[in-house]
Parts: sequence; structure tokens; C-alpha cells
Amino acid sequence: MRVTERLRRVVPGLCAAALLLGAWQLAASLHVRPAYLLPAPADVWSTFAAQWREGHVTGAVSTSLGRGGVGFALALLIGTPLGLLMARVATVRLAVGSLVAALQSLPSVVWVVPGLLLLGPGGATIVFVVVVGAFPSVALGAVAAIEQTPPLLVDVGRSLGARGLALHRHVLLPAALPGYLAGARQAWSFAWRSLMAAELITQSADLGLGLGQLLDAGRQTLDMSLSIMAILVILGVGVAVDGLVFSPLTRTVNRRRGLGGARA
Amino acid sequence: MNRVLAPIAALSPAFTALPGPPAIRLDAVSRVFGSGPQAVAALDRVSLEVGRGEFVCVVGASGCGKSTLLALIAGLDRPTEGRVEVEGGRPALMFQDAGLLPWLSVARNVDLPLRLRRVPRAERVDEVERLLRLVHLDAVADRRPHQLSGGMRQRVALARALAQHSEVLLMDEPFAAVDAITRDLLHEDLARIAAERAMSVVFVTHNVREAVRLGDRVLLLGSRPGRLAGEFEVDIPRPRRIEDPAVGALALRITARLREEMGRHARD
Repeated sequence: MRVTERLRRVVPGLCAAALLLGAWQLAASLHVRPAYLLPAPADVWSTFAAQWREGHVTGAVSTSLGRGGVGFALALLIGTPLGLLMARVATVRLAVGSLVAALQSLPSVVWVVPGLLLLGPGGATIVFVVVVGAFPSVALGAVAAIEQTPPLLVDVGRSLGARGLALHRHVLLPAALPGYLAGARQAWSFAWRSLMAAELITQSADLGLGLGQLLDAGRQTLDMSLSIMAILVILGVGVAVDGLVFSPLTRTVNRRRGLGGARA
Repeated sequence: MNRVLAPIAALSPAFTALPGPPAIRLDAVSRVFGSGPQAVAALDRVSLEVGRGEFVCVVGASGCGKSTLLALIAGLDRPTEGRVEVEGGRPALMFQDAGLLPWLSVARNVDLPLRLRRVPRAERVDEVERLLRLVHLDAVADRRPHQLSGGMRQRVALARALAQHSEVLLMDEPFAAVDAITRDLLHEDLARIAAERAMSVVFVTHNVREAVRLGDRVLLLGSRPGRLAGEFEVDIPRPRRIEDPAVGALALRITARLREEMGRHARD
């Protein structure tokens, strides 16, 4: 029962992937473009295998995940208290609310240039771009989550004797957790995009090999197979982090509260 | 013999169930929302006293300021004019929605007021267990609120309110969303617990029979702006049932008075 249920959910996605792969293979076999511009899936796979054997794939993934992880953690450290202050102190919200919202819509790749000038072509610049790209989502998620706390729960907390910090600790913050998590999840996807943009642009001999650099190596050697492989790995890592970290976390929190989507 | 008292004309009652000062005292309390031409008077010079250990029910049509009245007594809101005095610390409050914190188990919801008062952990464990037994929920202590029925949630809310150890219990249509059979059982439990603990209760409802079933006294709140429009003493011996003819008879008279009040308002 459970197995068939799982199959029923997975099969449509697998079919779509198979169709895409088939179309790709067909285009390659028909030589729509020369093979060096449009490699077949098997060529990309053998590039992947070769890169894997040399340790480039795991190396690039761990370098990029390390940078992304540090940047994301810093974004949480900055965005969380900022969001709480914006939600609870009107002056703070009036002062920086629209600025943070504007930052959210600004493509974070623009920060590569000031980063390079200020911090030089190194890991610090890359992390900087990730942080600036991700923290507005964290802050805005926290603001929205606290604003959406049902007034009834606040009344309940106050009538039970919770004031000030106690009201935050026992009512407002736990009530905001699902919305905060949604903001953090979105922030991760912003962090990952910012990371790739920064890695692609930042050039330095002593900079470790990240996924963005791997993709850029494909550009410099005109190796389409390597480029496509890098893109697929970047996609895979993004999906894996969401699937292994944020999705289970969200599901657990929501299921405990009996929130909608808990069964999905 | 069913003895039903006539409505008392005077609006400042001197009834007290226990000797000593009243548990709640409202002195010409008005509450106006907004200002200028948009101002809406929710309550207009309401004066009332609730004696210690007395069970007072407040009935009235929707929008007559019943919830505003409770919020003022609970200290969640302040009157525009007049004075509110409550004895015995912060009143416990129950709403139509149980208002349980969905991320806490049943036991931890009941535990919260004890934690907020910094009661030592060992005492808290015992107290929560005792309270859950009192409302017949000891078997579901570890469940989450969303796994309970509406009636069970209100029992948890009652246990949590009792955990506040307040002498005053304020209830805002707490059983309005509960089915009739469950409500009957909840009435029994509430009446028993309130009597055992000699709690002073203000119970707001739009169900007149429920008010007569539970109250020592029923206050009628007229609408727009809310003001006291009548008062009925319920001199029916306990234990009562909602089906008792005496309960029905008094409920009919209160309902008639309520209709008069609403009719007067409609003609305005």
C-alpha cells in the first residue's frame, strides 16, 4: 500500500525526466548542432565519470556547499534578529523595512563588483554576495510569520500571564516558526543562486574549485559537455539540500501542528 | 416546587454568594472605539458586581458588547470611562475557540500557566496530572490539540484556566461550537468544579437556557451601546439539568424580555 502510493507519486516525475532525456538524445542523434555544441547524454555522463574519478566533482560540491553553508548561516544570524526587530519595533520597520524589501528584489550578482573591490578576489567576496543575497528573505519571512500570529493566541498568552520576553518565548516565536522556516527555505535558494553567480565571476589562482568555477572551466575550454555536467550537478545539489534538509524540517513542524499540507 | 424570582428592577445588585467584598466590581464603565463621528460606543455606563463564589451569566444579542465586557474584566482592554476592580489577581479566561497552542501537547498547554508562574517542575507534573484527571483527559496528555475533538479542546482550555489558580473565571461563549450532548457533560463538569473551588464566574453566552442552567444570576445586556437591560435571579435548586421545566420556564421569560429589548432597538 505504502510502496504503491510512493510509486504513484514518483512515476509522473520519472516519465517527464525520461521524455526530456529522450528529446535530448534525439536532437543529438540528428546532429541538430555539431556534437561539440550539443553532446549526447552519454558524452555528458562520461565527462561526469572522468571528473568524478579525478575527485573534481566531490571537491567542487564540498567547496561550494561550504561557502554556501557559511553564507547561509551568516544570513540567518543577521536576518533573524533583524526580522524580529522589524516585526516588533515600529521605528525599526519604518527605518529599514523598505530597504530590506528593496534588497530582496535586487539581483544579488550586483554585489560581486563592490565585493571584489573591497574584499579582493577570494572566498570572502563569494560569502559576502551569498549573505547579502539571502538575509532579506530570512528577515522578511520572520516579519510575515510574526504578523500572521493569530491575535487569539496573543490574547491567550497575555491572559495566562505572559508579558514581554515570556510572551515572545512562549507564544510569538513558536507561533512564527512555520513562516520563519518558509522564509529560510527561500533564503537558501537565493543563497545558492548568489553563490553560483559569485563563483562564476570571481577569478583567482588560489581560489578553491567550486561548482561555479567548474562551469567557468567549461566556458574557457569550450567544453559543452563539462558545462552541462556542471549545471546538472548544481541543480542536483540544490534539489538535494531542499529535499534532505528543508522539506523534512517543514513537514515535521507542520505535522506536529496539524497544519495543511502535512499529508503532502 | 419551582420557585422563580421576578426580575429585579434595580441595576446595582447587592447579591453575594460568599461574605466579603465582591470579586468583580464595575462602576459606570463605558468603552468607546474610535473617535469623532466614527466613534462606536460598545458599552455605556455598565455597573455590576459579582460576589465571591457567584456564577453570573451574561446574555445578549450578537454585537451587544459581551466580549468587550469580558476583555475589560480580564484586563486585556481598558475602559474609556469608569472603573473596573477585580479581586484575587489576574482572572482566567476561556474563549469560544479553545485557543490552545498548537505546537504544545495537551499536558504542556495545561503546564504553561504554571511555568509562567515559575512553579517548580516536580509540583507542575503533579498538578497537570491532577487537572487533566479533573476534566477526564488524563488519557490524552501527550496528544496535540489538532488530534482532539472540539469538546476535548474546551476541556483542555478549562484545565489550563484552572491551572492559573485564579479565583475569577471569565468565559466567552466557551461551548457555542460544541455539540449538545458534549455541552451537557461540560456543563456538569463546569458546575461541579466552579462550586468545589468556590470560583467567581462570569459566563457570556447567547444561549438563554444555558445561562439559566448554570448561573446564580443572569444579566441581560442590551445592544448598541451595550448596557444592562435586565437582571434575573435563578433560584432553581442544584443539581439542575438543561431540560428541567423550571429552567425552561425562566429561560422563556428571559427570552421574552430579550426580544422586547431587540424590538425596541429595531424601532429606533
